Amino acid sequence: MAISKAEVYKVAALARLKLSEQEADQFTSQLNDILEFANKLNELDTENVQPTSHVLPIHNVFREDEVRSSTDRDKALKNAPEQQDHMFYVPAVFE
Amino acid sequence: MSLFNDSLKGLHKRLAKREITASDLVNESLRRIVEVDSHIKAFIKVDEEGARQRARELDEKLASGAERGFLAALPAGIKDNICIEGMTTTCGSQLLSNYEPIYSATVMHKLAQAEAITMGKLNMDEFAMGSSTENSSYHPTRNPWNPEKVPGGSSGGSAASVAAREVYFSLGSDTGGSIRQPAAFCGVVGLKPTYGRVSRYGLVAFASSLDQIGPLTKNVEDTAYVLQVISGHDACDSTSANVEVPDYLSALTGEIKGMRIAVAKEMMGEGIDPSVRERVQEAIVKLEQMGAYVEEVSLPHTEYAVPAYYLIAPAEASSNLARYDGVRYGVRKEGKNLVDMYLETRSQGFGPEVKRRIMLGTYALSSGYYDAYYLKAQKVRTLIRQDFDKVFEQFDVIVGPTTPTTAFGIGEIVNDPLTMYMNDILTIPVNLAGLPAISIPCGLAEGMPVGLQIIGKPFDESTVLRVAHAYEQETGPMPAPMVGGKTE
Amino acid sequence: MSQYETVIGLEVHVELFTKTKIFCGCSTEFGAPPNTHTCPVCLGHPGVLPVLNRQAVNYAMKAAMALNCEIAEYSKFDRKNYFYPDLPKAYQISQYDQPIGKNGWIEIEVDGEKKRIGITRLHLEEDAGKLNHSEHGDGSLVDFNRVGVPLIEIVSEPDLRSPAEARAYLEKLKMIIQYTGVSDVKMEEGSLRCDANISLRPVGQKEFGTKTEMKNLNSFRNVEKALEYEQKRQKEILDRGDVVVQQTLRWLEQENRTKTMRSKEEAHDYRYFPEPDLVTLYIDEAWKEKVRASIPELPDARMARYQKEFGLNHYDASILISSKAVADFYEETVMKKADPKLAANWIVTELLGYLNQEDKELNEIKMEPAHLAEMIRLIQNGTISSKIAKKVFKEILNTGKNPQKIVEEKGWVQISDEGQLKEEIAKVLAANRQSVEDFKNGKDRALGFLVGQVMKATRGKANPKLVNQLILEQINQ
Repeated sequence: MAISKAEVYKVAALARLKLSEQEADQFTSQLNDILEFANKLNELDTENVQPTSHVLPIHNVFREDEVRSSTDRDKALKNAPEQQDHMFYVPAVFE
Repeated sequence: MSLFNDSLKGLHKRLAKREITASDLVNESLRRIVEVDSHIKAFIKVDEEGARQRARELDEKLASGAERGFLAALPAGIKDNICIEGMTTTCGSQLLSNYEPIYSATVMHKLAQAEAITMGKLNMDEFAMGSSTENSSYHPTRNPWNPEKVPGGSSGGSAASVAAREVYFSLGSDTGGSIRQPAAFCGVVGLKPTYGRVSRYGLVAFASSLDQIGPLTKNVEDTAYVLQVISGHDACDSTSANVEVPDYLSALTGEIKGMRIAVAKEMMGEGIDPSVRERVQEAIVKLEQMGAYVEEVSLPHTEYAVPAYYLIAPAEASSNLARYDGVRYGVRKEGKNLVDMYLETRSQGFGPEVKRRIMLGTYALSSGYYDAYYLKAQKVRTLIRQDFDKVFEQFDVIVGPTTPTTAFGIGEIVNDPLTMYMNDILTIPVNLAGLPAISIPCGLAEGMPVGLQIIGKPFDESTVLRVAHAYEQETGPMPAPMVGGKTE
Repeated sequence: MSQYETVIGLEVHVELFTKTKIFCGCSTEFGAPPNTHTCPVCLGHPGVLPVLNRQAVNYAMKAAMALNCEIAEYSKFDRKNYFYPDLPKAYQISQYDQPIGKNGWIEIEVDGEKKRIGITRLHLEEDAGKLNHSEHGDGSLVDFNRVGVPLIEIVSEPDLRSPAEARAYLEKLKMIIQYTGVSDVKMEEGSLRCDANISLRPVGQKEFGTKTEMKNLNSFRNVEKALEYEQKRQKEILDRGDVVVQQTLRWLEQENRTKTMRSKEEAHDYRYFPEPDLVTLYIDEAWKEKVRASIPELPDARMARYQKEFGLNHYDASILISSKAVADFYEETVMKKADPKLAANWIVTELLGYLNQEDKELNEIKMEPAHLAEMIRLIQNGTISSKIAKKVFKEILNTGKNPQKIVEEKGWVQISDEGQLKEEIAKVLAANRQSVEDFKNGKDRALGFLVGQVMKATRGKANPKLVNQLILEQINQ
């Protein structure tokens, strides 16, 4: 499974990355190398193997439904690149 | 002779006798930073004011006769992906160059409780992605043993600062070898605890199912001390294990007679530099001489660990790093609309290796490829775990080299991702299986330190520490390197 | 619509009524000043981790059971990845392939016909924040108070065949959820939201036609209107011989039309994968039983019981159960020993009429079930007439006073004392001899006039039945 430059652009759009022409070329070739390397996994028959997404055999970890005080609003907004009226300002969604 | 060459017990005795103060230790750290950090550049930020203030407060408290904390007055360096409220945490990235956490990591609360003194934040590969600290967007860190060589990574600053005696100990994080590999390259001790042993709350996530925080120290005993403090269940981390934390210091008996040690042939074969293999073989012989039973075993799926890891870790990372969108924190780059702002912020804010992994991970999870890549890798992960389970039915620990080579040259392989990735071939399987492992120095090869990796059963850090400590007792501590023409 | 069959599926989001958010301890209270209910976890700061709210799981299970779903033994959370400013982590923690509930159903009734609508799945997830329009600039302002409020998403099977069925399904769903108490299901506060998809196919065709999806449907009326609009639009397209384009539409309420939001080509690739920061859920029988035991009697069962036990007709019973608060009020009234049929009558006509007219909720009025029960008893034991009762009823609503006391204070006690009535009757008969003669001569209407005169003389307090009886007795003597 080789990845084309067009696909690289598509993936970049999904990941909200803007690629220069040069980056796109470089990523296409590097990702192909890595994916080719990853194809090594196909040597293994994993038909009846369960995937591991957690190494720990833990289940049912909860917190109780008790209110804890929230962060002071000024602190919550302290790192905001731009704020207005105690809210986070973002540019228009549509152009 | 640096104060930091003394043992923790020794320092605490001198503190008790009022021969030294916390301020002395902090001054020693600051003095050494001024002396050598321009050569190695281990720090991103030194919090001189804060450290002095904390030392003064602690001295006042100790003078009043209050009980001393477990790590009292010990200057600590913290990898810059561990959040400390109010202290800039950059993760080695331009995107977070102005980010001031509004909370502190659980490990930082624990260190504060134990009265360790934070000196500042240590350099790292951006978002912990890399094996050389060359991917820091601030500056590369240099190996204290040879400034032309990398310190390893991603916790390069953590390893170099301890090796150069800038701090007494440091914290790093390990996702695929990021504590152990730099520890090996810099000739210090570095431990990756069992997944779930130390809370990840406040550790900026790279690959959530693999990340663990761990200590880097100049000897095994100090590692046991720090591990004792940072371990334990945390209600803020659902994946932290609710298992008892044993007394790690009592495990340091110096005795390994009858212990069953496995050597995996896949970790000693082709691809391992002969000079590294030689040092490790000598170490194994030493362990045998000390009364351990050593046998060669097989971990047949070892060679699949790196490809599996380079699908799983980037996939998780692509999702974990999506939050850096310029909305709530970080450096926003303006765009003509929202999507444009996202694109500019992320494209200008992330470096090439981070982008590469985000691309790879996004692709591995995208519709049509999930089963072939991500799911396949998660299944192979199961096979790798099972390999270890099988060996641990009959053995107490597995030993081998930490890295295939000693530290490589700065700029040597930075543009060759695959070669760089292969550097983690011996450490990655351990993360995939969630096991504890330590790297301890086992001599030099061509003047550069070699690391011996000791891998243990889940939650059996005690045995890992015991073997490491016994070996260290037998062979003597690693000397400190000369930095900038000066040794300590 | 004769040549086409309409196929509708609904996706309903319901905010759960927990005290805190699903993955952190921030309050879920509605209407707080912007960004005052936030913390590092729900703001998605670097390094934070989610910890699951136990009550959210209990509530999701409860809702799933009330909707006849099978409960998963093993369930897990997944990340749904997409960028939007109201989603701090740029992924929503949701459930992909192991939802808490699946294969459920509810029964709806449209035009007297009952029909079972399948529920494909019910899963637990977190809500997003809220975008507000900026007053000084063309951008948006993000308020994260709502982010992390627990939601259940309920996906129906494509079993609905008309906009009216869709509305009936939503009303029933809302009613059931309201009964379980896991949500306040207020569409106007966004605690119940609905997306709809609709397609048309020639009658008899098995395959589904191309569907469109509609978002931003903020009332049941709008769901029905939007579906009707879209049904008509698609029919016209098909009639022209054109093809329906698969797309997501936004319902523009003011303009009564839909507008394209995005086409299929722009569809998301959510890259779901198991959430590594959370562990799996294992739901054993004991846990299930505990939740099951907490589910109150649901509307269908109540309706059947009202008809069987209390002899109510279908209409009254259905009105009473349509709101849990009303049904609970009714039951308490009956429990306070009111006649069940009379109680139903008073609630359905008088009480609901009043609430409707005043635009009030049951918990906002001064009348309590005990008041109504006592008032009904006063009617039954003859203390007050039905006519007076209406005045008493109003007075209770206005003052919250005890009916007995009202009747006493106002002197509204019905006169049932025969001696007293006979005296009044004698006066009336004496004053209206012509009418008495008329009645005797067969003019029945004259009796009504005489009774009316007695009522007038007693200012409505006389027991009209008794007056009637006594006049007849006296005339026929």
